[in-house]
Amino acid sequence: MPDVHKIRRGLNIPLKGKAEKVIRNADPARYYGVKPGDFNGIRTKLMAWPGDRVKAGNPLFYNKLQPHVKYPSPVSGKISEVHRGERRKILEVVVEADSIMEYEDFGKGEPQDMSRDDIVDKLTQSGLWAFIRQRPYSIAANPEDDPKAIFISGFNTAPLAPDNDFLIKGEGEDFQRGVDALTKLTSGKVHLNLNSDYPPSEVFTKTKGVQINWFTGPHPAGNVGVQINRIDPINQGEVVWYVYPQDIITIGRLFGKGIYDASKVIALTGSEVKKPLYYRLLRGASIENLVRDNVETGNVRYISGSVLTGEKISSEGYLGFYDDQVTVIPEGDYHEFLGWAKPGFNKFSMSRTFFSWLQPNRRYRLDTNLHGGERAYVVSGEYEKVFPMDIYPVQLIKAIMIEDIELMEKLGIYEVDEEDFALCEFVCTSKTPVQSIVRQGLDMMREEMT
Amino acid sequence: MKPLRRFLDNIKPHFEKGGKFEKLHSTFDAFETFLFVPDKVTTQGSHIRDYIDMKRTMSLVVISLIPALLFGMWNVGYQHYLATGQEGTTLELFWEGFKLVLPIVVVSYVTGLAIEFAFAQIRGHEVNEGFLVSGMLIPLVLPVDVPLWMVAVATAFAVIIGKEVFGGTGMNILNPALTARAFLFFAYPAYMSGNQVWTHGLMEGEGIVDGFSGATPLSMAAEGNVGNIPPVSDMFFGFIPGSIGETSVVAVAIGAVILLFTGVGSWRIMLSTFVGGLVMGLILNLFAVNPFMEIPAWEHLIMGGFAFGAVFMATDPVTAARTKKGKYIYGFLIGLLAILIRVVNPAYPEGVMLAILLMNVFAPLIDHYVVESNINKRLKRAEVKAA
Repeated sequence: MPDVHKIRRGLNIPLKGKAEKVIRNADPARYYGVKPGDFNGIRTKLMAWPGDRVKAGNPLFYNKLQPHVKYPSPVSGKISEVHRGERRKILEVVVEADSIMEYEDFGKGEPQDMSRDDIVDKLTQSGLWAFIRQRPYSIAANPEDDPKAIFISGFNTAPLAPDNDFLIKGEGEDFQRGVDALTKLTSGKVHLNLNSDYPPSEVFTKTKGVQINWFTGPHPAGNVGVQINRIDPINQGEVVWYVYPQDIITIGRLFGKGIYDASKVIALTGSEVKKPLYYRLLRGASIENLVRDNVETGNVRYISGSVLTGEKISSEGYLGFYDDQVTVIPEGDYHEFLGWAKPGFNKFSMSRTFFSWLQPNRRYRLDTNLHGGERAYVVSGEYEKVFPMDIYPVQLIKAIMIEDIELMEKLGIYEVDEEDFALCEFVCTSKTPVQSIVRQGLDMMREEMT
Repeated sequence: MKPLRRFLDNIKPHFEKGGKFEKLHSTFDAFETFLFVPDKVTTQGSHIRDYIDMKRTMSLVVISLIPALLFGMWNVGYQHYLATGQEGTTLELFWEGFKLVLPIVVVSYVTGLAIEFAFAQIRGHEVNEGFLVSGMLIPLVLPVDVPLWMVAVATAFAVIIGKEVFGGTGMNILNPALTARAFLFFAYPAYMSGNQVWTHGLMEGEGIVDGFSGATPLSMAAEGNVGNIPPVSDMFFGFIPGSIGETSVVAVAIGAVILLFTGVGSWRIMLSTFVGGLVMGLILNLFAVNPFMEIPAWEHLIMGGFAFGAVFMATDPVTAARTKKGKYIYGFLIGLLAILIRVVNPAYPEGVMLAILLMNVFAPLIDHYVVESNINKRLKRAEVKAA
């Protein structure tokens, strides 16, 4: 094996509720939702209204700031509702699915024989362009850019994350086709980053047209941002694109079958799930059928995504656009008498301030309690233990807090995304809302630069 | 604990905005969160959080100070009995010291916390836990015969001028406990220096055994009286006069182990401070022109407040350097300066306090250059790329 990139700083949070490696076909959901909140830097403009009929692949809305990026319906059916929040902001567009699926036909085509423009056209028309995102800012890519590289992270290190090798089993053909399309989009390399701790799926290792890089280490080693930072860091003015493996398969199917086939495999995980398994379903599906009678009683939180970066949804909520995991954990809305002073044999901490260090192999049922009050920064060196980039995380956060654009730029804001700071937020003694600060900073930069 | 919780929930509305005791909101909140970890759940970002919080962190530092405190109490009694020629059991010695030290601890906490609560209320903030540590550190760096009013004045000065004017815990530039110590040192020099204040009873001078000077090893050394310095074992275990908590290297080491094992204290700062002290000691040995400079370098590390300062004062994360590289530089310079001031400047028998305070001031500058080098590296990377 050629040189392996060792990620030393990081943390694997040992949670209960890992999904068993069995795939079930989920009962088809009745309702599907696409949520503009899943996309950064979007000003939503509706393209379909309640009562309208759509086919799978028809756009539901587009981004006014990036008009080429449309967001497609995963199913055919009738628009049943458009949920709005404060100031009439669109929260989700809900489609009631037909019993028999109809697909919009975008035409087949082998990406190898197609020009870049044709590939871009097909992806933007079908709305699958939304799967291709860029750093900086983690927004949908701009087709006019020539990214210096495209990154694919082939493994996921987030808590209870699904095993990517398992997700893509048997999808080699579509994956290759998707990769072929991507290689046409950049004059640089397409990097496929794999975990060197175990032999990955042949779907990955036999992919042609990519440069395979090997990584090892704890979370966030699987974050594409960390990998970019190691292999080809982003300098000011440069753009790098990234796509998730299952989204590449969906892109491959578009070229192979000419349709938006929204099916994917997700892991249902978390300590409160009775039978954590993998499920095959359609993107945007309501999780209702997955969690009904399958969740422990009590006040629980449903999360689309991982516990570190996912979004809170209801028990009938919709799977996020990019998510391949649903996590259910207990809510933490209780008072604990002298909780901070207890020995804490069952309290997980990165530090050894609780006696949970006595059981290094234990898995935990962690809840959503903040476990303390928000404070000014006191402790130092904490973020650095879980932040494996050559960037000073606290200094960057402070630069964002004081809205110093120039300093943010100097400290490397172009290379980061909020997910890269998720562990910093987890370990923070001062309970600082790190991810939302980073997002504010990125939005600020984006607005400044356009 | 349900009845207690119910009681708190019942009286809570009175302390909210518009309630009868609105002005005591921060105070109520402090006591409530002390008794019960709040039921607040995550609303954005990471859904789960590490169990560690400021209360846990600070209480661990306080726990790590307890060996030094208990030993200090015993040693106060021991020194007093030694000075007066009495004999007593371990318990009697401890009790004697306990009676003298406890009031100092109480005064420090009451004064400091009262000010903290008041400022939190004025600012509409939650009360910060920072003073739990400062309140314990202040008594430990004071001599036993300091009048209680001085403790109160020094604590008030440290909390208000040293911390609150900068915005409270986390914002201060100088270590609050050392600010209190420095305040007393400079405001009441006649009282705070000399040989008598370190041992209870020497000031009044009644019943003192002939020839008992009460001099600390450092003041002996400064007077050139190096021959009479107590044996190394006494200095290591701490059977010598000095500030209440600083004398025993063993007690300090226990605290250091707790801080390092739990990950609360920075090993980088501790290590580099000791290395810095050792290096300066060796340099002085090399150019020794007087007996003080000839003291073996490693002995400096167990004399005076060096170990205590390195473990508990230099590592205060707020006032120390915050970057990894910065911590090495910061600690090293503290060690270097502490021994330099101690040996070379006759006006100050101990240099640790001044060295740490000085480096507190320079810590942001050190960090600035460390971060600047990261920025330059990034700029260079971009230039290479562009070229």
